[in-house]
Order: sequence, then structure tokens, then C-alpha cells
Amino acid sequence: MNERAAPGDSAHGAAPVSAPPPAIALRGIDKRFGPVHANRDVSIGVAPGSVHGIVGENGAGKSTLMNILYGFYRADAGEILVGGKPVQIDTPQDAIEAGIGMVHQHFMLVEPFSVLENVVLGAEDDVWIARTLERARDSLAALERDYGLQVDPDARIADLPVGVQQRVEILKVLYRGAEILILDEPTAVLTPQEIDYLFRILRRLKEEGKTVLLITHKLQEIMDVTDRVTVMRNGAVVGTLDTAATSKAELAELMVGRKVLLRVEKGPARPGATVLAVEDLSVIDEAGVERVRAVNFEVRTGEIVGIAGVSGNGQSELLEALAGLSDAARGRIRFDGRDLAQLKGPERPLMLRRLGLAHVPEDRLRRGVVARFDSSETAILGYHDDPAYNGRVLSDRGKIVAHCYDLMEAFDVRPVDPLLRTGALSGGNQQKLVLARELERDPRLLLVGQPTRGVDIGAIEFIHRRLIEMRDAGKAILLVSAELEEVLSLADRVLVMCDGRVVGAMPAEGADVREIGLMMAGISGEAA
Amino acid sequence: MTRLAVPRWVDLLVIPLINLLAALAIAGVVVVILGESPWVALRALVLGAVGSWEQFGFTLYYTTNFIFTGLAVALAFHCGLFNIGGEGQAMMGGLGVGLVCLALGGWPWPIVFLLAIVGAAAFGGAWAFLPGYLQAKRGSHTVITTIMFNFLAAILLNYLLVRVLIAPGQQSPQTARFDPSTFLPYAHEMLAAIGLETGRSPLNISFLLALVCCLLVWLFLRRTRWGYALRSVGANEAAAVYGGISPARSVILAMTLSGALAGLLGINEVMGVQHRLLLGFTAGFGFTGIAVALMGRNHPLGIVFAAALFGALYQGGSELAFEVPTFTSDMVVVIQGLVILFCGALENIFRKPIEGLFQRRVPGTA
Repeated sequence: MNERAAPGDSAHGAAPVSAPPPAIALRGIDKRFGPVHANRDVSIGVAPGSVHGIVGENGAGKSTLMNILYGFYRADAGEILVGGKPVQIDTPQDAIEAGIGMVHQHFMLVEPFSVLENVVLGAEDDVWIARTLERARDSLAALERDYGLQVDPDARIADLPVGVQQRVEILKVLYRGAEILILDEPTAVLTPQEIDYLFRILRRLKEEGKTVLLITHKLQEIMDVTDRVTVMRNGAVVGTLDTAATSKAELAELMVGRKVLLRVEKGPARPGATVLAVEDLSVIDEAGVERVRAVNFEVRTGEIVGIAGVSGNGQSELLEALAGLSDAARGRIRFDGRDLAQLKGPERPLMLRRLGLAHVPEDRLRRGVVARFDSSETAILGYHDDPAYNGRVLSDRGKIVAHCYDLMEAFDVRPVDPLLRTGALSGGNQQKLVLARELERDPRLLLVGQPTRGVDIGAIEFIHRRLIEMRDAGKAILLVSAELEEVLSLADRVLVMCDGRVVGAMPAEGADVREIGLMMAGISGEAA
Repeated sequence: MTRLAVPRWVDLLVIPLINLLAALAIAGVVVVILGESPWVALRALVLGAVGSWEQFGFTLYYTTNFIFTGLAVALAFHCGLFNIGGEGQAMMGGLGVGLVCLALGGWPWPIVFLLAIVGAAAFGGAWAFLPGYLQAKRGSHTVITTIMFNFLAAILLNYLLVRVLIAPGQQSPQTARFDPSTFLPYAHEMLAAIGLETGRSPLNISFLLALVCCLLVWLFLRRTRWGYALRSVGANEAAAVYGGISPARSVILAMTLSGALAGLLGINEVMGVQHRLLLGFTAGFGFTGIAVALMGRNHPLGIVFAAALFGALYQGGSELAFEVPTFTSDMVVVIQGLVILFCGALENIFRKPIEGLFQRRVPGTA
């Protein structure tokens, strides 16, 4: 991973000498979180009065970069220039004073407050709130005129649709006098009509001389609204291009990368009987959105089926449904011929485990571990009813601790201390503990989500080797990973998901990365 | 929630102790303002609590009540629930005890004791089961429902004592005195039986029951799969669901057990001391249990210490009010309030510096 010299690094230096200084420029930004190198020598220049896109897969370092720019994190190295002058941004307050405003992916609004009250929140400039509000009312009217941002200032936030709430966020930023607006994945929660409206606003902002930084992983949006685009991969900039002179296909290629795959040593798969059969499965989430749409596939013993796709395209919901954590809206899931719909109630995950299903959840902290528990207690989550750990009434503490000790030894979890609080383990070690818990059960079917997220390189290799060993021992494995490279090197067959559908299926051997990248981006193979 | 820097003994002993001293210091200032010597007051307080066998007996008798209600709050809290209905659950527990004792007059006390425990736990548990069920199935918040159930319990008990259970030919709303065969043995009686003469106090065998409950609660939470499920729901519900644990079932179980523990207060008060069912025997112990649990860090052992402290304050405070005339019984409540304030609401003011101290001394443990 680290042998790649970032090829696009020279791109930022290409700005013409005579041009006005960039509205905002990042020079050599570097940031590490423990073993994770989140930003590697990132340099970006953004011309004033332009919309500049930043694209990259999840984990490419976009959000880290923006959080540095907005003062949530401090860079280990590098500098930030606003209007050509270096600025020190240590807190969001510094960023606001430098004229930088951020529209967060998750809105920062007080729901019971009115639009007006939210806009002035934190920017009250008078002892009497009424006077601040009156002034804000005038400013808001002016902003509405200038940018076409229509919002009723007296409406309660809780009563407004998401698209309008986002407009309030933009108003908040403009009210504080921002010249540079950062929008983090602004379309993730919007309907197509709301997206159109947002883009009209962005164009207006540009016409009025504001500078917009748009972070997204959706290529169509980049093509629709940006002037220039920076592509990030693995924390580094791989290129900055004029949008007019590029194409979705080129961006997808840059985003996914064509680097040599870290191939895992493995022999050919010897698939046997079908263990998991998914027929016409649809899953609807709590908000009523159909996240998985009529998906069909099978997983057999002795093979790894990998699901590739940009995060948020239904993989998580699919995995949760397969693990028995949510119900299918339509269709059928058969595990060893047994219909999952026949198992009911909150104890379904327990029953499935007894039948030989193991599940490494995607979101380790949320689902996989209980941070407050001892490691030994986390190591029996989901197996706590196992007679091996329980007497008639009391549980056998000695056996539970010994079991955890064995798991920690086998998976090199450090420190090897079953009594240590799970939350005190590093992320990578927590992940190894979860993997150990699920893999050491000799399951028939293994569902693995993001097995190496936040794990250092040494451990990645180890985890990959264990998964291949499991396959060779005749287990059926379904792998979901946001890392295309990981899917391709581990899986025997690859399914590509986009917008809840399986849009492509192919053997991993000889699969065309570029073609998969296009499928992930929602561009059909024939059209490219 | 970065509470990993300090060793457990600091968390359980040193920090509460410093909080307690701070509370007493402020109380001392108040005493000075009243024109009394804080040293005289402190002496009266301490001697009032532990100065004689008799007074120590009173302290432990109050401690018993605080242990039951503190455990009740703590157990619910381990499942992420805030049970502030201890008062009402204790009232219902007392009703259960009263019914058993009235029905079994003439039976030997050990048998009545066991059945009364069942009655107290069943009535108290049932009174908490309902809010638990409503929380689990309907999402009605236990903070709201349990507080309303306190009023319902008070009204129900009032009605029963005025209309149904009142002793014939009597004016005050209370039942007839229980048959003496059902009285629980007092500590001074038991100690006298082994040749130890001590002062008379209401302390009775219920104190031992409270200690046994501490052990049982600890075993249940830490050493059984049901306790494991309950704690996982409290600590990370999404992970519990992933593990095949039913949050609804754990919530109902936690509330029911919590109510059962609060109900046991009725054993100490009704069966141990009053020997009849009457109004107002819960005397706010259910509410103070919240502070006890908070101060005891929701750990059964911590709760024993915290309950002993509150018991001492309760007993020593009333002696203090008796000895120092300007020091009214309201002042005792002020001191209690200060302890609760410093050990609960303000506990982080000393925690941060102490944590800093330990981080510097043991670098790299985090």
C-alpha cells in the first residue's frame, strides 16, 4: 500500500502564475491517526468564485481533510492559505473568522427552534435576543434575494423537510459571512428535486463570488455542478482535473485505482453445496426507504463471495437482514434450506448462531463490542447462552476468561488481558477480538462486513489469511467491503451493488477493475 | 465516558471521600453562619451516629432501608433505566408484607419471614413491572411512569388503609397490630441470646437480608447470563440486539427485580419495626435511594458504604438537631442535600484533577 508514490501531487502547482491567489489552498497537509495515515501530503488549490469537487471512496481521507480545514482536527504537517495568506485554524471559531463555513452531513440544528433562532445561534450580537432576531430577519431577507434561498424564517425546524433544513444550514453559514462554503456529502439525504434546487443555489453562490467546496462520492454530481475536481485515494490526492475535460469513467478509474492488487495467496475454490440462498430479497429500512431491491445470489461451501460497492448502496442492510437482525420486506433468505422468516423474535440471531452462522458486523463499535465490558465478556457476546460457559444458574467465569485468553492468543490481540475493558483496546485489536469470537466457532456460514476497517497492514494480512483458511476448510463466506481491492483479492466471485441492486456478478479471477468501478458508480457496462 | 484513567479503588473510595469532605466543609460553613461551632456540631453528628450501641443500631436500621432502595435504583440503572419509583414500590412491598403477616398470625416468624419476602418482592416487583412493560412495549419513559406510579401507590395504600384494612373501631388509618409470633427478632435480642448486652434499637434481622441481597444482586449482574444480557442492553443496545438479546425482555426483567428490591423495604419497616401496616412508612427512603446508588457507583459494595453513610447522616443528624437547638431537623436535610450535590451533581469537579494526577503518575496506561 505504501509503495505508491502519489502520482498526482504535481497537479496543484499547475495554476497559472498571473491568476488571482486561490480562495483557499492546502499545502502538504499530513495527518495520522495511530497507524492510519488519513491524509498524505495533500495539496489542493481552489480558485475564488468556483465550485470545486473532492471525490474519493469512503476512507479516502476527504472528511479528515475537511475537518482539518474547519478546525476539528489539527494537521500533523502542512499549511492552510486563505486568499493567499497563511492562516492558523485550530478551532471552528478560527475557521469562521477566516471566512470558512461548513454545512455538515448531519445537520447541526435545534429542532424545536425556529429558522431564525437557529440562524443566529452562536452568533448573537446583542444582550436582547429580540434585537438580534430583528437584524437577522433583515439579513435573511437579503440572503434570500441574493441567492434564491427560500425559507420561512418563523417555521420550526422540526416541521421542515430535510432539503429545507439544509438550506437553513447554508443560511447559517452565509449569515456568519462565509466566503468559502464546505458541503460534506450534501446530497446524501436529499430527493432528486431537492438536489436540483441545491445545485441551483450552488451556482448562484458561485455567480455571487462565493467559493464552494463540494465533497461527495457521487460522480454525477461532480459532473453536474463543479468547475474543477480533486480525486483522493488512500489519503492522497491522485489528481486535480478540469471537470469539463474529464469524464465519469476517468474519475471512476482514478477513484478506484489501478494499482497492483495485494493478491492473497490462494488456490482455486472448490465450491460445494449451497449454504446461503437469497431469492428476490428486498429490505426496507425504518424510514421506509427500500435499501435492498430484489437481490438474488447464492453462497456455497468452500467459496468466498464478495460484495463490492460504494458504501451506502444497500450492503449494510443486506448484511443485517442475512444475519437475522432485520426482516425481509419481500423475498426469501434460506440458510441450509431453512427459511429465515420461520425464525422469529429478538433471539433469532442466537438461533442462527446455533445453526452455524457467524457474523462480523460492519460497525464494530456500534454492534460488535460492548466498550464498557471486559474483553472476556465481549468475547462471548452472542454466545453467552452457550452451556460451555454456564452452570445451572451461575456462569463459569474461569471458562469465560480462559476462552478469551485463547482467542486473544490465537488472533494476536494485544495486550493479552481478558479483564481489560474492551474500549481500552485499540480499534484494530477490537476488530481482531470480534473476528476471533466469530471465526473460532467453526461456523458453516460466515458473514463478514469490513473485516479490515481501521486495522493496520500487518493485521490485514493475517485476517485475510484466516479467511482463506476458513474457505479452504469448507466454510461458506460472504464478504462485504468498501475496499474493492480487498474484495477482489479475497473473493472467488464478485457481486457489485449499486442503489440496492446487484448490478453485476463475475468471477474475481480476471475481473476488470475499471468495469467494476463503473458499475459501482452506477454507469452500466454497455454505456461506458 | 473516558473513565479508564484511574484505578478502581480511587473511583470507589478516594473520590467519594473527597466529595464527602467537601460537602461537610460547606455544611461547616453553614453551621458557623448559624453561630455554632462546627466542631461541636460534627462531634454531635458523629457521636449521634456511632456513639453508642443504641445509636449505632439506629444507624444500621436506616442503612438497611437505604441498601434496599439503593440496590433497586442501581439494578435498573445497569439496564440503562432510571427507576425513581422506589417510593411507590416500597409502599406496595409493605402492603405485601402486611397482608402476609395479617394472614399468618400465629405462625412461627421464620416461615412468615420467608413468605413475607415473597410478598414484598411480588408486590413491589409487580408495581415496577407495569412501568417496565410500558417502557419496553410502548416506549413510555420510566422516569415519567414510575413517578406517577408513586402517587398511585400512595393513593391505593391510603384507600386500603382507610376503607378496607383499617382495624375495627380505630380512628387512625392503620391495620391491627400483627400477631407477636410474626415479629422479626431485633438485633439486641439476637445478640442477647449469645450473651452480648447491647442497647435497644429498631435494628433487626432485615439488615442481614439487605447484605444477602447485595451479594445476590452482584452475583446476578456479574455471574449469570441474564445479568449479562441486562447489562449489555444498558451498555450498548445495538450490540445486545446483534447478540440475540431482547432489549424488551431485559427492560421488563430489570424493572421487576428493581421493584422487588425496593419492596423489601417493607420487611424492615412493617414487619421488623412497626408491626402493623400504616401510612408514610417509606418516609422518602425510595427517593434517597437514587443518591445512594449514585454515590455507590451502582456497585453493591459501594451501595453498602453509601447506605451506611446516609444511615449515619440520618441518625446522627437527628441527634444533632436534638443537641444543638439552633440546628433544626431541616438543617439535617441541608447536609444530606450537600452530600448529594457533591457526590452526584458536582462529582466531576474533583474527578478531573484527580484523574490528571493519576495520568501523570502512570503514563501510558490509557
